[in-house]
Amino acid sequence: MSHPAIVVDNVTVHYGDVLALDGASLSLDHSRICGLVGMNGSGKSTLFKTIMGMVKPDSGRVLINGHAPVKSRKEAGIGYVPQSEDVDWAFPLSVRDVVMMGRYGQLGFTRRPRKADRDAVGQALERVELSDFADRQIGQLSGGQKKRAFVARGIAQGATMMLLDEPFAGVDKRSEATITRLLRELAADGATILVSTHDLHALPQLCDEAVLLMRRVLMHGSPDMVLRPENLAMAFGLDVMNRD
Amino acid sequence: MDILNFLLEPLSYDFMVRALATTAIAAVVCAVLSCWLVLIGWSLMGDAVSHAVLPGVVLAYIVGAPFALGALVFALIAVTMIGVVRNTSRVKEDAAIGIVFTSLFALGLVLISVTPSQTDLNHIIFGNLLGVSIPDLIQVVVLGVVAFAILIFKRRDLTLYAFDPTHAHAIGLSPKRLGALLLGLLALTSVVALQTVGVVLVVAMLIIPGATAYLLTDRFSRMLVIAPVISVVCSMAGIYLSYYLDTASGAMVVVTQGAVFAVVYLFSPRQGLIGTRMARARRKRALATA
Repeated sequence: MSHPAIVVDNVTVHYGDVLALDGASLSLDHSRICGLVGMNGSGKSTLFKTIMGMVKPDSGRVLINGHAPVKSRKEAGIGYVPQSEDVDWAFPLSVRDVVMMGRYGQLGFTRRPRKADRDAVGQALERVELSDFADRQIGQLSGGQKKRAFVARGIAQGATMMLLDEPFAGVDKRSEATITRLLRELAADGATILVSTHDLHALPQLCDEAVLLMRRVLMHGSPDMVLRPENLAMAFGLDVMNRD
Repeated sequence: MDILNFLLEPLSYDFMVRALATTAIAAVVCAVLSCWLVLIGWSLMGDAVSHAVLPGVVLAYIVGAPFALGALVFALIAVTMIGVVRNTSRVKEDAAIGIVFTSLFALGLVLISVTPSQTDLNHIIFGNLLGVSIPDLIQVVVLGVVAFAILIFKRRDLTLYAFDPTHAHAIGLSPKRLGALLLGLLALTSVVALQTVGVVLVVAMLIIPGATAYLLTDRFSRMLVIAPVISVVCSMAGIYLSYYLDTASGAMVVVTQGAVFAVVYLFSPRQGLIGTRMARARRKRALATA
């Protein structure tokens, strides 16, 4: 455990002519929750995709537990909670089906679940308080329940790292509190958690540390420091003070 | 004429038995594949690949290679070309698909027109259900069983790929490889269905059953049962109808599938235009009497 959980080292990513990340660097320790703050187009989703290896950086590298991520990514178990807009909520799968997908990496050729997998899924659903909704179609959940379903997938996966993309968008206050408590528990168990969010109010209760992103990391420190108006102004432009 | 006679009479002809067997196999494989195609949003891709295999099939015929091999090669060429045009020019994907598949399809037609044995090859375009030979049937059985087995064994991975490729990647699967597998199976399945309805109408069998099943259930595992059942029933009905009405058999199969889709679209209790209203009214009545 001597290595940081996630190291992003001077990563640059282009999509065609568009510069998405410009020399972003970041180091995250185990058992920490880090908030990722930045406006639309600041590269939050790209940073996630680079950590997961979906996007190959033009330059720079990502290390998971001190190793190149090809093999270490699967070993570490990276759970991913996608943005709502990235999910096809009409897809004909039940909540249980989606959570079971967390187990696929550990299953055989045809991914037929064994009893241990069904038990793990049942426990994960219980932990996020969705046991009663297990057989609902995934789109028939409330905003907060949908997020919890994906967190449960990460739990069933045994993920030691969780990446959450805007988990509080379209989520009521109660669900937000439930998710916050859940993530704190997971971090206490040793998970490293990276959360991108627009919701700056949620940051201090949820996060141990925060990162200001504007294609590169402008600042990495305590949530209070990052949330100072003069620092936010740097990431969001000057109109931030008049927002909300 | 009683119903038994109605069903048995066509079976006294060997060519009808072969037609029904070929169609049943094609209907099942296409329907299973269609479940993923409609959910990923690859219907247009299905259209493209099923057309673009034509020159491959014709070239395979000319050199005496298996049709499936030629089809796979040209499916690969088509998908690569679509990707290249989309990624390296300002032309959008739907236009790229339209350009590539029509050009390849036209190339196939040109090749047919300069290849001596024209009668055989024209059957590829519109299907030749009533002229299925024993070797044709064997080829359909082999390819159909292979495609079906791969789809069923890999169904969970393919569903994960369709639903959330990012997660697939995060747990160490390759979304690229799964996508390629699905496209390869699409090419293989196109060859299976060529015999039945021909290149032009294959896409119907690759889309309609999955779309119909999608309107009837919220469970993917059930879609995988409902789609082939609907597809086989429609196909058999289509062939019997074509036998008694003396119409084009491949086209009749597609018309039947389209008609069943229309009925489901209107009356499905979950998603149907009229069906959901009827279900609501029933619930209201039940409440009123309670």
